[in-house]
This record gives sequence, C-alpha cells and structure tokens, in this order.
Amino acid sequence: MAKNKEVLLDPLFNDNPIALQVLGICSALAVTTKMETALVMSIAVIVVLVFSNLAVSLIRNFIPPSIRIIVQLTIIASLVIITDQVLKAFVYETAKQLSVFVGLIITNCIVMGRAEAFAMQQGPVKSIIDGIGNGLGYSVVLIFVAFFRELFGSGSLFGVQLLPLATEGGWYTPNGLLVLSPGAFFLIAIFIWIVRAFKPDQIEEE
Amino acid sequence: MEFTPIRTVGFATIVCFVCSIFVAGAAVGLKDRQIENEILDRQKKVLDVAGLLSKEIVSDIDQIKKAYNERVQPVLVDLKPEGCKDQDPNTFDQQKFAKNPKTSTDVIGNKAKVRRTPNCAKIFNIKSSDAKGIETVILPVEGKGLWSTLYGFIALDPNGIDIKGLTFYKHAETPGLGGEVDNPKWKAQWKGKKAFKTGSAIPALYVKKGTADDEYSVNGLSGATITSNGVTNLLQFWLGEKGFGPYLNTLKGGK
Repeated sequence: MAKNKEVLLDPLFNDNPIALQVLGICSALAVTTKMETALVMSIAVIVVLVFSNLAVSLIRNFIPPSIRIIVQLTIIASLVIITDQVLKAFVYETAKQLSVFVGLIITNCIVMGRAEAFAMQQGPVKSIIDGIGNGLGYSVVLIFVAFFRELFGSGSLFGVQLLPLATEGGWYTPNGLLVLSPGAFFLIAIFIWIVRAFKPDQIEEE
Repeated sequence: MEFTPIRTVGFATIVCFVCSIFVAGAAVGLKDRQIENEILDRQKKVLDVAGLLSKEIVSDIDQIKKAYNERVQPVLVDLKPEGCKDQDPNTFDQQKFAKNPKTSTDVIGNKAKVRRTPNCAKIFNIKSSDAKGIETVILPVEGKGLWSTLYGFIALDPNGIDIKGLTFYKHAETPGLGGEVDNPKWKAQWKGKKAFKTGSAIPALYVKKGTADDEYSVNGLSGATITSNGVTNLLQFWLGEKGFGPYLNTLKGGK
C-alpha cells in the first residue's frame, strides 16, 4: 500500500497525469492562453476530481462491475454540472470565458482515469488525497503552460501588461504562435522534456 | 457480493436519482444569483458599449445600476408594421418574440445564419448627461461565429451612421482566439467607424482580414477568421434592410 504522502506528491512530477500519462491534453490546450482561466480551470478540475474520487470510493463495493463505467460517468457529469452552475453564480465573468471547457471536464480522461484506476480499489481518504494530487499535477502543467503563453503571447500576466506591446507603442512584438493551440503543444513537450531530463526513468524504451 | 440484474438496475436507479437531486438542487438554488449576474452583466454591457462604463464604477454594482437607471431608456422599434403593438419596453422579451412564429419573420438564407427576426426589437436610447437629448442609440445584434451564436450590442450616433462601439455579452468562441471579440483593445477600434457609405443604405461596415485601412473596417482577429467573418455578417445583417436598416433610415432622414 502506498503512503499518503506518495499518493499526494507522486502525481506532481513522478507520475504527472499530463507529462507521463499524457491524459487531459485537450483542455490543457484550450484554457491556457491566460493565467486566470487556467487557474479557475485547475481549481474546478481539483474539486471535481476530489469529489468524484470520494463518491466512487465510498460506493466502490456496491457498484456492479458491468455498469461501473457509466456509474462513474454519471457521478462525474453531475459534479461537473454543479461546478459549472457554481462558477456561473459566483465568478460570472471567468465562467463566461471558460464557457464550454468546464463542461468538457466530463470528458477529461484524468477524472475518469483516476476513478477507474484508483478510487475503485482504495478507501475514501486515500482517494481524496489521490484526487488532490492528480488535480495538482494537472494544475502544475496548466499554470506552467499558461504562464509562458500569456507572458509571451500577450505580454501580460493575470491581465496585467508587463511587456509593452509594439502595437501600443511599446517594444514587444507578441508571439502569435503561443496564443494558438500549437503553442501549448510545444510548451507541454518542453515540460515533459524538462521532467524527463531530471527523471530519466520516465523515458520510454526504444 | 452477488450482482443480479435486478440489483444492477436498482443500483443504477439509485445513482441516477441521487445525482439528479444534486444537479437539480444546484440549478434551482443558484438560479436567482445567476439571473441577477446576467441582468447586471447585460446592464454593464449596455453602459460599456455606450462608453459610460468608466473605471470608477466598473466594480461597483450600485453605481452601475444607478448609471443604468439614469441614462438608459429601453425603446421598442417595429421591425414589421405594428410589431410592437401593446408591448411594454421594460418587460419586453425579444428572444421570446423571435422564437414565436406569430411574432417573428422567417429570414433563412442570410449569411449571419439568423433564422427568424422578431417583428419588434428592443433598443436602448442613451440620454445625454443633461437628460435633454439622446446621445447614443444601441441596437441588439446576433449571429453565428465559429462555435456559437454571438449576442451583442452596437452603439451608433443618433445620425445612424457613426459607430460608437460594439460589444458582445454572450458567446462561446474559443478563448484567446475568437474569444478575443471581448478584448477591449479590439473593441476600441470600432469607435469612429462609419456604418454606411454616404447616401447608401447598404451597410459597409466589416472586419478585415489583416490590418484595417479605411473608415469602414477594423482589424481581423488573428487565428479566428470564421469568428471575424461572423461578426461582419451579423453586423451587415442587422444594419441592413431585414434588420434595423429601415429604422436607421428614419434616423438619417431626421437629421
């Protein structure tokens, strides 16, 4: 049985859901043009992951194996809808920017991956910790990508202009590629490269 | 544990029931707050497009409501003769009107992909600060972008030609690409543009691909050609003869 600390910290760099398991890429591309959206998205994913792991773990012994995937999906979908409603009620502006992507947490492979691979076998406490860990692992990548995309793509961080843009009389010409989805691909690749440079055991055999 | 089919069905039913209670609870419990947010957002957008949303009041809810009540006056405009009969501008619901076949007109085939136009439209007149005249006319616009229908407002000078601003209050375009229609710098370009060429009733306003170089166009959104074209199409539709064209003609004639 893995220790709680490992369950929490492993997904950050040792077993990162995006970098090593390469799950949840699509939303990582979509919401990372700005720090603010990336941060709210990260929190939303952590919340959904924690509660879906908890719920699945609590009823894991009662779930009939034949319908377990659809049961997990029902729970996840409900949680995502609730999260979406809460965002719309309390952070309306950001919820509008995230638009469809909060709904798409349903299809985020990390959430279902953890429910199926972890929460189905482990107790509730460990499952919550696993949810936080994997949520943070996802967040680390999202924030990393959003930091570089917003800084070099729009010259700002959290909407505060740091590099004066050439179009407004400054000196910085923003890198248009970073605002587009391929920019996120390059950044995720660089993130994976850095992680694997420090942890050679993650490199796949030829 | 034995999983007989009956147990499985029973389990599925319970899961669905519990989940639906949570979802319904969240939807109902938060609805008032969401609607309030939406109304406030709408008022903010009207003030914003009219150029009245200064930095001092942008985060103060009471100030926004006050400014809105003082300066904004909803007015109904017939898009078809007698379309607005017996309607109250304060409670008028244009979306509902546009959906009802009896109170709307089939306009399928336009580039903005608008299906039906309401026979009556709600516009906003902005009173000048001394409350004597009208300084801005705000028209609602909508049309398809890439993923979603964009809903917004365009502000014109009461001469019916000069643009004062454009803003969208609801859309689901890609954040960072098409979603840049919300970028204040992009929106600022609309101010001072002209909707029509002199003497013409055909809207000339458009979003250019690349850098704009005349008084009828603004810069395109990079990486969002379809959204940009969508904005062009919806503007030309609503300013044209099937939209507010006839109404704008009366404004132009009045000057």
